[in-house]
Amino acid sequence: MQETDYLKDITEIRSIMERSSRFISLSGLSGIMAGVYALVGAYVAHLIIQDYLTHPNDQVLQYLMLDALVVLLLAVTTGYFLTNRRAQAQGAKVWDATAQRLLINLLIPLVVGGIFTLILVFRGYTAILAPSMLIFYGLALVNASKYTLSDIRYLGFAEIGLGLIAAAVAGYSLLLWSLGFGVLHIIYGTLMYYTHER
Amino acid sequence: MNYLLNNFDKAFENKVRLGVMSALMVNDSLDFNRLKELLDVTDGNLASHLKALEKVDYIVVQKQFVGRKPNTRYSATQAGKKAFEDHLISLETLLKAQKKHL
Repeated sequence: MQETDYLKDITEIRSIMERSSRFISLSGLSGIMAGVYALVGAYVAHLIIQDYLTHPNDQVLQYLMLDALVVLLLAVTTGYFLTNRRAQAQGAKVWDATAQRLLINLLIPLVVGGIFTLILVFRGYTAILAPSMLIFYGLALVNASKYTLSDIRYLGFAEIGLGLIAAAVAGYSLLLWSLGFGVLHIIYGTLMYYTHER
Repeated sequence: MNYLLNNFDKAFENKVRLGVMSALMVNDSLDFNRLKELLDVTDGNLASHLKALEKVDYIVVQKQFVGRKPNTRYSATQAGKKAFEDHLISLETLLKAQKKHL
């Protein structure tokens, strides 16, 4: 055996370890799109709240929830579509064991957070809605980062940090929410796109 | 340079066996189909290499049923993990030694 063979062996070992334990087809582009949707959604929420302040009405909460639901659906659909496309280009199966493990570990804190946030809405604790969304989302990312690209871990820490700030400082909820779900997604998506997909 | 080759494990001379051990180092256990898909090899080829690794006690086999379908899972033994790590160390040492000679 020659030196190049040993090097090839080591490269091969590393690649198999990566491929068998982490889901690496996550698309950076879908992060960027999720960020854009979040920013548009936040702007719409801002308009809804402004409108509520000038003409108080009963439906404000329903409008806000509808706005949030549309953003969520658009982000998930786009993410699924783009990740699917990237996995196919890499010749990987989208729903292999690594993807399932990633999804389950992401969903545990996320679903708990979603239910918790809905409870807050119905009990009227709207002031800590945005912070709890940020915190639970951040925890979900930290938890899921063991099963995908490790960059996700730092995005998670950043979301948790923003959530804690939003909880402590009143009045900046929507701004910090836009920062966390909008700007951070765009920055991270761009970073991931350039480091892993180019 | 022969002394360096002492730690070279015959069990890992083959690409498929090396691949199986790499995958089992980072996963508690994997089933036959998942290994096949990861390493891109035929059933017969993979089966014979798995047998070889099982024979030297580097991996263990657990047979179970998922519904009615039999499912065979493989995992690395302590001895297998140790042997794989030693193999990696000797690969690295060899590469370093070769670099010095250039």
